[in-house]
Amino acid sequence: MDSVSGGRVVGVTGPLATVEVMEGQEVSQNEVGYVFCQGVPLKSEIIRVRGNLVDMQVFENTTGMQVGDRVDFSGELLAATLGPGLLGNIYDGLQNPLEKLDNLHGYFLQRGQYVSSLDKEKTWEFTPTITKGSRVRAGHYLGKVPEGIFDHQIMVPLSFLGTWEVVDIKTAGSYTVNEQIALLKNEEGREESITMVQEWPVKIPVRTYSERILPTTQLLTQMRLIDIFYPLAEGGTACIPGPFGAGKTVLQQIISRYAETDIVIIVACGERAGEVVETIREFPELEDPKTGRSLMERTIIICNTSSMPVAAREASIYTGVALGEYYRQMGLKVLILADSTSRWAQALRESSARMEEIPGEEAFPAYLESRIAAVYERAGLVRLYNDSTGSLTIIGTVSPAGGNFEEPVTQNTLKVVGAFYGLSRTRSDERKYPAIDPLISWSLYLDLMEDSLNERHEGWVDLVKEAQALFNKGSEIHQMMLVVGEEGISVEDLVIYLKSEIIDAVCLQQDAFDVVERATSEERQISDFLLLMRMVHHDFTFDTKEEARKEMTHMQNLFFQLKYCVFESEEYQKYRKEIEIILGEE
Amino acid sequence: MIIEHTRITAIQGDIITVPAKEIGYGELAAVKSRRGTSLAQVIRLRGDDVLLQVFAGSKGVATGDQVRFLGHPMQVAFGDALLGRIFNGSGDPIDGGSELVALPRIDIGGPSVNPIKRVIPRGFIETRVPMVDVFNPLVESQKLPIFAAAGEPYNELLARIGVRAEADVVILGGIGLKYDEYLKFRRTFEEAGVLSRTIMFVHTASDPVVERLLVPDMALAVAEHFGVQGKRVLVLLSDMTAFADAMKEIAISMDQVPSNLGYPGSLYSDLASRYEKAVDFDGAGSITILAVTTMPGDDVTHPVPDNTGYITEGQFYLKQGAIEPFGSLSRLKQLIIGSVTREDHGYIMNSMIRLFARSREVEQKLAMGFDKTADDDRYLEYAKLFYERFMDLRVDIGLNDALDLGWKTMAECFRPDEVGIKQEFIDQYWPKGH
Repeated sequence: MDSVSGGRVVGVTGPLATVEVMEGQEVSQNEVGYVFCQGVPLKSEIIRVRGNLVDMQVFENTTGMQVGDRVDFSGELLAATLGPGLLGNIYDGLQNPLEKLDNLHGYFLQRGQYVSSLDKEKTWEFTPTITKGSRVRAGHYLGKVPEGIFDHQIMVPLSFLGTWEVVDIKTAGSYTVNEQIALLKNEEGREESITMVQEWPVKIPVRTYSERILPTTQLLTQMRLIDIFYPLAEGGTACIPGPFGAGKTVLQQIISRYAETDIVIIVACGERAGEVVETIREFPELEDPKTGRSLMERTIIICNTSSMPVAAREASIYTGVALGEYYRQMGLKVLILADSTSRWAQALRESSARMEEIPGEEAFPAYLESRIAAVYERAGLVRLYNDSTGSLTIIGTVSPAGGNFEEPVTQNTLKVVGAFYGLSRTRSDERKYPAIDPLISWSLYLDLMEDSLNERHEGWVDLVKEAQALFNKGSEIHQMMLVVGEEGISVEDLVIYLKSEIIDAVCLQQDAFDVVERATSEERQISDFLLLMRMVHHDFTFDTKEEARKEMTHMQNLFFQLKYCVFESEEYQKYRKEIEIILGEE
Repeated sequence: MIIEHTRITAIQGDIITVPAKEIGYGELAAVKSRRGTSLAQVIRLRGDDVLLQVFAGSKGVATGDQVRFLGHPMQVAFGDALLGRIFNGSGDPIDGGSELVALPRIDIGGPSVNPIKRVIPRGFIETRVPMVDVFNPLVESQKLPIFAAAGEPYNELLARIGVRAEADVVILGGIGLKYDEYLKFRRTFEEAGVLSRTIMFVHTASDPVVERLLVPDMALAVAEHFGVQGKRVLVLLSDMTAFADAMKEIAISMDQVPSNLGYPGSLYSDLASRYEKAVDFDGAGSITILAVTTMPGDDVTHPVPDNTGYITEGQFYLKQGAIEPFGSLSRLKQLIIGSVTREDHGYIMNSMIRLFARSREVEQKLAMGFDKTADDDRYLEYAKLFYERFMDLRVDIGLNDALDLGWKTMAECFRPDEVGIKQEFIDQYWPKGH
């Protein structure tokens, strides 16, 4: 190490180290450096530069750090390592594979370990897809290797500027990720060796595609409340805020399992380790119904749980998004589940407070809004250079303080997302799961995707809107009943209310722990919803409220039993028949 | 090399500033004042200034007092000899027994467990409290708080579970505990004959505030070492709000920008790093944490219960001497319900709560003076039975008996098609003759 380079620690408070930079050493914002604490290099990132002093957030526990400790700067921004072999991995917030780390006493994370994100020994079957002499740009494919069920495209590094000529390309064969597979030359005659691995600074969006296009295709989650009432688009964004105990976690787990997408990236950001453990232990056992392979093969887990260092929590979301963008470049459908963005925002708040910045609302830094927007804006459906499309969908959960949606993280997120699934304590207290409150939730994609949704059935979107309206009406009547009592409303209103209750109980509520109920295919959604709407359209005539209640309770029970039956099984047909007899001819 | 410093340049709250070199962040020091010697911990380095929080408080600390840096962070003695012993907030015995000088000392507040070294918990801990066992069962390695307003019998509930739960080691961490409460815990454990498996770290309300911060870390560090040795450890903490308040005090003394009601922005991370010590080790023991969080003003949106709720795997609400069915939640229950416990458990749990919610609605409706319908009477009857048979804290009944009682209670009030349960379970379990 050059003697004039680097710096030394002059102050420490929590995970924030203030470092005096040696004269002649150039530093840049968000540059990575290493603080040598008791001889162990601890990865850190520059988050503020003031004169010859820089503030660095240390991605590790700072116990034992002393004034005078040496600091080396890397000259690089915090980057993700991209290449074949990412799928199926469990990383920490800095993309260290957790399985490869040495553990203290066999169990505990030891600081200062930085392990290669990709397996260096493993060989991949490379097939070139380009010829010598071709002219290429960043993001163009050079060849491919099979990774799980996908062709992992090896591309010109996304950070390359300008046009390059392929001087050399390897023939088909087995190579490790660090072997040269191509040689490129730019217009100035500079040659670069290309391997299967590249680095990308996580905080900068990847823009190597032709254009972003409007998301108009549905991303099927197999959750009826979302797919029917408030659908999500491929390349869209959604936010799930909710008080604790309202079922955010289960909702996320269900989506991560049953969403019809190519790749799922789960960012466990400042949440419980136990939740990640369930995913880590269960996914390898679960079968992806679409491919018949283990669910883990389509999943990457970035895991920086609440007791892991706070600064790495801030990095974890960016790492996840960068990996997602990389796979989007291959024309795949990627879904990112970030749980929870509030913990990420709190990490920002903690470092902001330690830097003694002027606080904004609820002590969050003033740049909270722009940071949130910047993350969600990286989602999108894009047309790649080869005319195929790839999508990155982001669903972020928010954990608002006190369950109050007026707080800054929720509000700033709502400004930038396309769908809002607000969880309510009332619904979860009543055991109505998923506890997404239909009265406050919304999706901009219902209108945006009207054409493609109407392919489900003629006039589908109108039917959905009718169901929404009926549900709202039912809820109003229910409110009224609480004030004037059941005797204060007409039989007709009571029937509307009871119909809305049926929609709620058999369509919106979905049992996440029942083998049949937990995921509803598109085909079944269409069939069952149309039957339900026939019930809604049916003109029931009752003389008394007692009769209405009795008959509608019976109807509700039939639908209820139906939803637990395997689609089109004998039992299913039996209950369906019973319902159809009551409803009569269509 | 141990260097002594005799110049304190600033005293603010319980934080003192000492100019010193080559001191590590988090290191421990002994501050000798006319009131005796207290430990202190480095909480900030600023150039050549070292900021220390003094565990016994800064009262009577003089600018010329001696500060001796010890060269290591806070530690606690560890070994089987701890069993049956009682310690104060700085880890010294207060039961009149011998000092534990021969035991090895371990660092407190260590790093977190590598998530891949955890396993999915599957152990059911029966408490014979039906509101817990039936509706929100406790699972080994779970972290669960009891949310309660002042005056609720939370410590009794905690002690009762501590006595009955199947655990190899029970560790009580008392934080700001009233002295009488401490004596009550001690008596309960003694009477039940479980003192020999119990270790108590007790900080009472009159002890120095900063020592509160150490209690959970000491209790959990000891628990962790027992856990790695293969023991199943239950940690009881009371009261974590007192812990958070101590943190607030320190943060304010440090001139930190408060985020909410004066609590530091790091409150979530600070609480999480303690609660996350709950773990089921792959191939070793486990740590289960049951902690009391008192709610100032009975307000669950207060920052302490609010942040806690997001960290823990559920919560129990203790209200008017009973565990509330609404809002109380055990997140891990799905891992054992119907698989470790009886197959009808899940259906009983959901239906009974749904019906009870409806009963509450009926009660409200009637309270507003509306006419009663025939249905309403059945719901009222159900609510009454539910309270007597399940909610009353005095009820002492095993899980399977409680499930049978659940079917019986529903059958006494409702028809099978009103309870929303899959037909095959109705056929199998619905009591005959109803």
